[in-house]
Amino acid sequence: MALLDIQNLRITYDTPDGVVEAVRNVNLTIDKGETLAIVGESGSGKSQTAFATMGLLPHNAQVSGSIKYQGQEIIGLSHEEMNKLRSNEIAMIFQDPMTSLNPYLRISDQMAETLIYNSPDGKRMKKKDAIAECVRMLEAVKIPNAKNRIHLYPHEFSGGMRQRVMIAMSLLCRPKLLIADEPTTALDVTVQARIMDLLVELQEEFHMAIVLITHNLGIVAGSCERTMVMYKGEVMEQGSTVDIFGKPSHPYTQGLLSAVPRLDQDEERLITLDRSFETQLAEG
Amino acid sequence: MSTKEPILSVRDMRVEFKIKKQNALPWQKPDILRAVKGVSFDLAAGETLGIVGESGCGKSTLARAIIRMIPSQGGEVFWQGRDLMKMNEKELLGIRKEIQMIFQDPLASLNPRLTAGQIIAEPLKTHYPNTSKDEVKKRVRELMEKVGLSGRMINRYPHEFSGGQCQRIGIARALITNPKMIICDEPVSALDVSVQAQVVNLLMDLQKELGLSLLFIAHDLSVVKHISNRIMVLEFGDIAELGEAHEVINNPQSPYTRELINAVPIPDPIAERKRIAERRALEASA
Repeated sequence: MALLDIQNLRITYDTPDGVVEAVRNVNLTIDKGETLAIVGESGSGKSQTAFATMGLLPHNAQVSGSIKYQGQEIIGLSHEEMNKLRSNEIAMIFQDPMTSLNPYLRISDQMAETLIYNSPDGKRMKKKDAIAECVRMLEAVKIPNAKNRIHLYPHEFSGGMRQRVMIAMSLLCRPKLLIADEPTTALDVTVQARIMDLLVELQEEFHMAIVLITHNLGIVAGSCERTMVMYKGEVMEQGSTVDIFGKPSHPYTQGLLSAVPRLDQDEERLITLDRSFETQLAEG
Repeated sequence: MSTKEPILSVRDMRVEFKIKKQNALPWQKPDILRAVKGVSFDLAAGETLGIVGESGCGKSTLARAIIRMIPSQGGEVFWQGRDLMKMNEKELLGIRKEIQMIFQDPLASLNPRLTAGQIIAEPLKTHYPNTSKDEVKKRVRELMEKVGLSGRMINRYPHEFSGGQCQRIGIARALITNPKMIICDEPVSALDVSVQAQVVNLLMDLQKELGLSLLFIAHDLSVVKHISNRIMVLEFGDIAELGEAHEVINNPQSPYTRELINAVPIPDPIAERKRIAERRALEASA
């Protein structure tokens, strides 16, 4: 059985200008320990798909189709049931490490909270034990001097360090599925390389599946087995990363790949995306 | 590259910020953060100089200090032979129509209460207040067409445009005073790859057509390599390396440049995985 199985997912919003279809006909499956990349431009529905899986969509969103996690239907779960799933099974890291941490709380308080209310064995953990566990996790994501630093506030960390804290926090309850929504977009390239190395390393250590949402095709090439390309709420193609990058079958994927400027090649002029496939899409 | 007189020469530029120490007493001296530590370079007419480096290395601070948007603690900036640092406000205003700027966040750099037409016309109204209304409108339409926007969009507000279109408005606004140099501060880092390519191509076309000099600040080395004649690598406010673009990329001299280049991922699974394996082996042996 697949770890996550999404069938015919459709997300719509009622707006004053009529119904907006954010995602339509998305099908995807992820097995244990697998890495799937979802790539696409802004507005292509990649984050919407992730939010639906986490049950984080806004109230006015209408979802149809099915999202099954280990055979259990997620759509329509109550708040409490969803919370249980979010704490122990599925975790998410967000794009902006600055805004996803609470600026008023010390790192120790916001990290330990997760363990105190949702420890993996179901019992309430003592704060002292929780903090010791958090320090171990911060050491796992390679934050130097974690024992002292855990008592600092988020603004006392750099962007890369904050993202490490976020990753450590998401791993506290040993999730089986990690959704990383643009985890390196706000970071420098050198820091990005280190964070990606870290994610791959942790994946091997904890045997989790990762959904990497990004528009950076370079990091997809380096660390994801399978790739799914989305455009305007629809899946354009999916398959193994090597196949999709080697011989992209959809014109949108071809355009997206050729638009990326490459450091290892010389080109006179950047190739811009040819949008003529849109008329093909509309017709057929 | 041209061997002409440089249009802009910067000599020994220094910018410092005072930072208050935590729990410091009022009479204690604040710490000094040296953001730019004596940077010198020349920019020729029609040339593009790319400035790269990690966040916090002083790229934007340097650019802002050059046009006196922020005060500097020393150094000289010669714009066509005249020292910008010794000018009074009025003289500086005269120079500012020759040096324009494009900013990183396309939406945040446009006033949400003004229409696209009003935004693009603003520099013209500041620097040439005697231009007639019809003339202004004509120029605005001309420029909108030039940057790839339709003249019919003149009455729309910024939120009605996409990110790429907003950046085009920013470019049109920078061009309306016929500048000789444009400072581009991360102009494409907020845009999607597909849109990024269009904006970079637009900037290159405009430069060729109008003979502009560009100071192109970005953290994405592949974009900078593409657009620049020369590249300057900044490391903690110092120049780590300055040279011809392909020389810097293909044959980097400083270890910091090498580290930056090695961190840029290649969108090709086979090449990228080989490279990652090599990097990890190198780190393991070190």
